[in-house]
This record gives sequence, structure tokens and C-alpha cells, in this order.
Amino acid sequence: MLTKPDSDGPADAGGTRPETVIETSGLEVHYQLQGGALSRLLGLRSRTVKALDGVSVELRRGEVLGVVGESGSGKTTLGRALLGLVPATGGQITYHSAGGPREVARMRGRELRRLRTDLQMVFQDPSAALNPSMTIEEAVGHPLVIHKLASGAELRRRVHETLERVGLAPVERFASKYPSDLSGGQKQRAVIARAIILGPEVLVADEPISMLDMSVRAKILQLMLDLKQDLGLSYLYITHDLASAKYFCDRIAIMYLGRIVEIGPTADIFANPRHPYTQALLKAIPEPDPTRTVPRDLPRGEIPDAAEPPLGCSFHPRCDQAVASCGWETRDLRVLLDQHWTRGAANYDRERALVGDLDRLDTPGTSITLGGKDPEATLRLLERIRGENPDEPLWAGVRQIENDGRHVRVDFHDGVDPALRRHGVVDVACVLYDADDSESDVDSDDADTGGAGGSAG
Amino acid sequence: MSDLVLDDVGPAGDREPVLAAEDLRVWYGTDRGPVRAVDGVSFELQPGEILGLVGESGCGKSTLGRGLLGLLPPGAARDGALRFRGKDMLSLKKREQYRMRGSQLGMIFQEPLTRLNPMMRISDHFAETLRTHEPGIDKHDVEDRSLEALRVMGIPPTRFRAFPHEFSGGMRQRLMIALALVLRPAFVVADEPTTALDVLVEAQIIRILHDLRETYDTSLLLITHNLGIVAEACDRVAVMYAGKIVEIGPSRQVFARPEHSYTRELLRSTISLSTTGLNYIEGAPPDLTDPPSGCHFHPRCPDAMAICTTTEPTPRTVEGGATVACWASEVRHGTRLDDADRAPLDKEEIALADEA
Repeated sequence: MLTKPDSDGPADAGGTRPETVIETSGLEVHYQLQGGALSRLLGLRSRTVKALDGVSVELRRGEVLGVVGESGSGKTTLGRALLGLVPATGGQITYHSAGGPREVARMRGRELRRLRTDLQMVFQDPSAALNPSMTIEEAVGHPLVIHKLASGAELRRRVHETLERVGLAPVERFASKYPSDLSGGQKQRAVIARAIILGPEVLVADEPISMLDMSVRAKILQLMLDLKQDLGLSYLYITHDLASAKYFCDRIAIMYLGRIVEIGPTADIFANPRHPYTQALLKAIPEPDPTRTVPRDLPRGEIPDAAEPPLGCSFHPRCDQAVASCGWETRDLRVLLDQHWTRGAANYDRERALVGDLDRLDTPGTSITLGGKDPEATLRLLERIRGENPDEPLWAGVRQIENDGRHVRVDFHDGVDPALRRHGVVDVACVLYDADDSESDVDSDDADTGGAGGSAG
Repeated sequence: MSDLVLDDVGPAGDREPVLAAEDLRVWYGTDRGPVRAVDGVSFELQPGEILGLVGESGCGKSTLGRGLLGLLPPGAARDGALRFRGKDMLSLKKREQYRMRGSQLGMIFQEPLTRLNPMMRISDHFAETLRTHEPGIDKHDVEDRSLEALRVMGIPPTRFRAFPHEFSGGMRQRLMIALALVLRPAFVVADEPTTALDVLVEAQIIRILHDLRETYDTSLLLITHNLGIVAEACDRVAVMYAGKIVEIGPSRQVFARPEHSYTRELLRSTISLSTTGLNYIEGAPPDLTDPPSGCHFHPRCPDAMAICTTTEPTPRTVEGGATVACWASEVRHGTRLDDADRAPLDKEEIALADEA
């Protein structure tokens, strides 16, 4: 469970409308994976993808909250869940509307549709978001028709006014065009026009500029800033692009595998990134700066399978600052062996025989037996791999390696799943920051963490 | 544009260039007339050099990349001169071109999943590639060379017999690079190789591409819309606008002191971590069936003068090694124009929504 960020905020102020426009508490969106017919017959475990796994976040009135993460981090699911476009399987979504708080997660049918007049979405791909057989005028006016809010001359007047507002002027030039006649930037303006025509309070913008040519990205971002100012909108800005988030957002939430791992004011996140994942993201952004060179010290691997997330902290397999309590397990050992064989394949066949069946390592667990005929040689292999790179964080997580005469047994420390905690002006979910508000380093209860516990920040 | 000769030296400048294009043109036939997608491009590429190719969509970047490899659709024609290791590529027969691709000329595509056969193991992909180009290669050589290529890309030997769907997006792109490089081509075109990838994985791939010259001595044309990638990974950068290379030079120099107004505006409109205000280029790249007269960029250029509408600027090399075709740059470097030519252009107002 994550602690709710900023729980001392004015979210529950009675009477007047609170400063928060929409908030989630412990929001979960889980998908059940069906699996094959055979595995169902055999009663094998059904797998669950936790697209959102306990997200508590609030969008304040008039702010731009950035949600940043890699594909598979759950950022798009969060945006869609806020609008009721994907059903929440747990937790709450509260929209503080003019008529009082409303629970989005429990809305169905007509009530959910009526919510669209207040909460709207701007999609990533403007070509896919517009019906190719509708003119721009029809597409932009469609929400008014659906909600029976305007027709005839009034409809036309409001569509033209909105087109002008988003810069599709002179209106006569664009109103009767089809999406295929428009450039990417123009199409995105039409999508934005359609989103604001009902006069919503909140726009969820899911990568609104990432499909556009770089020369117009700034223009669309400027349009969104102007609209926010003129119409008093609040934005949830979903992106993988930290550079635009830095310019555009008041606060930023960094997501990883269905969780928020760090959230705080934009300036603080960029000036002093706490979570090792945030630090890595910042280091990886390619900058058009002539003095920069290719970054070398980046996390290995990719975002893991959400159906079987790592034990402990989800980021630990890629983290260069991981310590003993981060959740080391057998799958990490397999990655380590793979890396060893990638570096030099000279003795690959012999060494692989010493380790035995690798697939057994793929089942999550904190204890495994390796090897067969010659456990002594298997032990020597592990020691040699450790000797090649003693600073590898995984070794901090190994509780013991022993030869029981028939096998080599590797045991890992039990991991901690870090909760989101307040640290200075930001909230961060990382064991390096468990001690409240202290800038001290690792808070580890184990002596054999070795040199792995790097200093933070 | 045939006088565009580069005196800039790459990492191995005294060697013979791998690739030399001179006044290269690629035209497509359409109902509206020929599209001049690549319109007189000249450059050289040294062994082991990485050249970045940037510009907006629709400026001819991908067409140039494919044109260099002869991978053009029916209805397209090439003209000018293109030499690969001294050999005239444009006079080669289709069959001879076909034979050079793969073994000497490589391509890395944008979407790796659509380029790998889902029914074939990775080992079979390598075997097919190697056997097609080197008939008679024996089984052990196939395995040794495949595993070596995978190793360089950071893919463990334990995954050699896996299927494409068992790999993540970044791994698949590394597989594609390994497949393109297992034949050790001297020249590779990478067309937006990281566009579909996340920022951390993108950085991993860029590092791999950057290190290619050390392992394979491969020259690389890296087509991208991401100026940051070029700044970090490329030795030189070519900026393309409306079918022409308007500026080409060492990336550090071009990024620190852009000479062409288009290069400068492109850099200004890029949103980076140091962005403090939003800038953008008015208007959109022109229709290449009927590009503007003179300098193609003049209708959008904040520095446009009268001469820009009538006379195409000739490329010239400035101090530091960059070559640029821009009247405003010429004036800054002391070229005298008469007053009528220098008069600032009274541009028709570009509608706000005329954009890319």
C-alpha cells in the first residue's frame, strides 16, 4: 500500500470546493490473464497483470501534473482510469465536481457518459483519434450532438468559436476539410478542440505531442498552456518525454510498473532526483548539447513483465544502488549468469552444464539449488563470477552460498517492497530513503551489504 | 551542388571514403508530377564514421537513406553520382545491386518486430542470412559468427534458440542490428532505429551504434528526428530541408554554432531540458512537386532577404569545417550583396495553423 501523497492537503475541506479537482486513493487496475485451455484444465495459476497497483495521487485545480514513465509503467492506464475508460478493480477515484464529490470508479453507463462534459481526453495519435469520414466541423461538434447540448445555428456557432480558439483559423478553410487534408499539428488542434468544446474542467493529455513533428511540438504545447490559462483547465499530462514535462508541468509523478515511485514539484524532481530510476531517466535523455557524449552508466535491461513483477522493489534488477533488502531473487541470478556468458562465451558449454537447468531460475523465489555432478566446480564458478565484478549489487542480496554435498544452494535475503514516503518536498518509494526526512545513506540491517549501498542523491 | 566537397576529416580522414554521393537525385513519379524527394545531395562518408541526418518529416531523409541502398519503390529514379568504395553504384545492374545489399550495404529498420519472422528461431534468422550471402558456410561457422554478433549486442548465448516474441522491444532492435552486422557490411543506414523505444532502451541502442566502429569499422548513416541523439552519437550531422542538405559539418560545431537559419530554428524549436521558452518554425515544409524558388526555406525563414527568393545559395565551407548553403550565413561571413538583394523579405503572413 502506498501512503497517500500530501495527505495533509485540503482535499477534504467541507463546504467550498476543495483545491483538488480529482484524486485517486489506492487505485488498482488488474487484468486477469486467461492462459491456454490446457493450463486452465490443469488448474495452473492464472496470472494477473497489475497495470495499476495502488496509486494515490491528486490533481489540483489549475495545475499540470506530469505522469512520466516508460511503456508498460501504467501511465496511460492511470489516465484512462481517471475518466472511467478502464474499470478500476480496487481503490477510489473521487472527482470534486461543482455538485460535490463523485465516485468515478463506481459509475456506469449514463452517469459515466455525463462525466465526459467535465473530464476529457486528448489522444496521442491525432490521425487515429479522428473519424476519417467526418469533416472537422462534424468531428469537433460531435460531443455537443451526443450530449444534446446544441444543434443548428448554435452548434455551428460554438464549433466555429472553438476552432478559432485552437488556431484553426480562418475557420472556413478548415471546417469542411477531412482529417486526411490536415497536417499532424492541425489534426491535433482539432482533437483538442473536440476535447474542450463541452467546457471540461480536466483534460487528460496522453502523449499529445509525441507523434508530431518536432517543429510543431512547441506550438501545440503553447496552445495547451494558453487554453489552460483562458479556460481554467487542469491537465494530467502523460508522457515519456522528461524534457517537455520539465517545461510544461507544475508537479511530476514518475511511474514504474504500475506504481508511483517518486512525485513532487517539477523543479525539485529535476534539481534533486531521489529515486535511482528518476536519476537514470534524467541521465538518459539525449540533449542537443554539443558538449554531451553518449551516457555509459545506464540501467541494464528493460521494464520487467508486469504479470510477474520482481520481488521487493520492482526496479531493483536494473538499479545500480540496490542494497541487500531490495528483493534479490533467483531470476536476478539468471540475468547475472546470462551477462557473464555475454561478456565472454569461451567456456559457455562447460559452465552451463555446471549450472544445470536454467529455466528453474525463472520461477520467482529467494532460494535455489544449482549444479549436479560436481558441486565444488559450480561453487568455484560462482566465486569466479563474483570475483569478476564484486561490486555487482546482486551479491549484497545473497545471504549465503553453500555446498551441501550434492548441490550448491544459493539463498537470498528477504526483500522489502518500499512504500511511497515523504522525503523533503517530494515523495519517494525507495529503501534508500526509508528514514524520514534524513539525507543519510543506506538504512540497512545487514552487515554484509558490502560496498553496494551507494550514497543517494 | 557538385562543388560541395568536404574537407572535414572523420575519425579516419586520410582513408578513401566508403561512400561518396555527388549531386544525387531521387525523383518519384506521381499524378501531380515528379516529386523531387532528394534534389542534388553531395556528401562523403569515411570508414567508421557516423553521420546523422536530421530534418522535419517530408524533407527526404528516408528517401535519401533508401536511395543510397537502391531500396526504392517502383516509379522512383536515381540520378547523379554515387560511389561505394570507388564503384559506381548507379550503373550497376539490379542483380548486382541486390548482391551487394546485406553483405556490403546494411539497413536497420524502425520496427524490429515487423522485420523478424515470428515462426523462425533467432538461430534460423542468422543461419538464413549467412547461408544466403555465403553459400557453403559450415554449421560451426554459422554458430560462432552468430553468437559473436549477439555477444557484441549484449544478447546472451542462452537466448540463441529463442523466438522473436520472447524478446523485449529493445532486445529485438539489438537482434536486428546483430543481423545487419553479422555480414560485416561497410555501410549501414539506420532509419529512426529508436523511435519506438523508451528513453533508457534508446540510450542503450545509441551506445551500441556509437560503439559499432570499434567492433566492426562500419560507417553509419543515422536518420533521426531527435537532435539530442545526433549531438551525442554522431561525428557529423547533415541537416536536410526540402530534398537538399542545407548544412553539413562536425556535430559539435553545427550544434554550437548553427550557420543555416533552418538549422538554428530547428534547434530552437526542440524542447530540451534547458528549454526556458517555446519556439517553433512557422509554416510547413513545401510540397516537393513544386518547391519555392531560390532557397527552399525562404518562405519560413526569419532572416529571408530579397535574393533568397530568386537565387539558390551555393554551398560553401566555413571555418571549422561545416558546409552551408545560406545567404544570411554568407552575409555574416563578408559576402557583399547590393542593397536590393539584401532587403528584408516582406513575407506574406503565414497563417497560425499552417504547420507541419
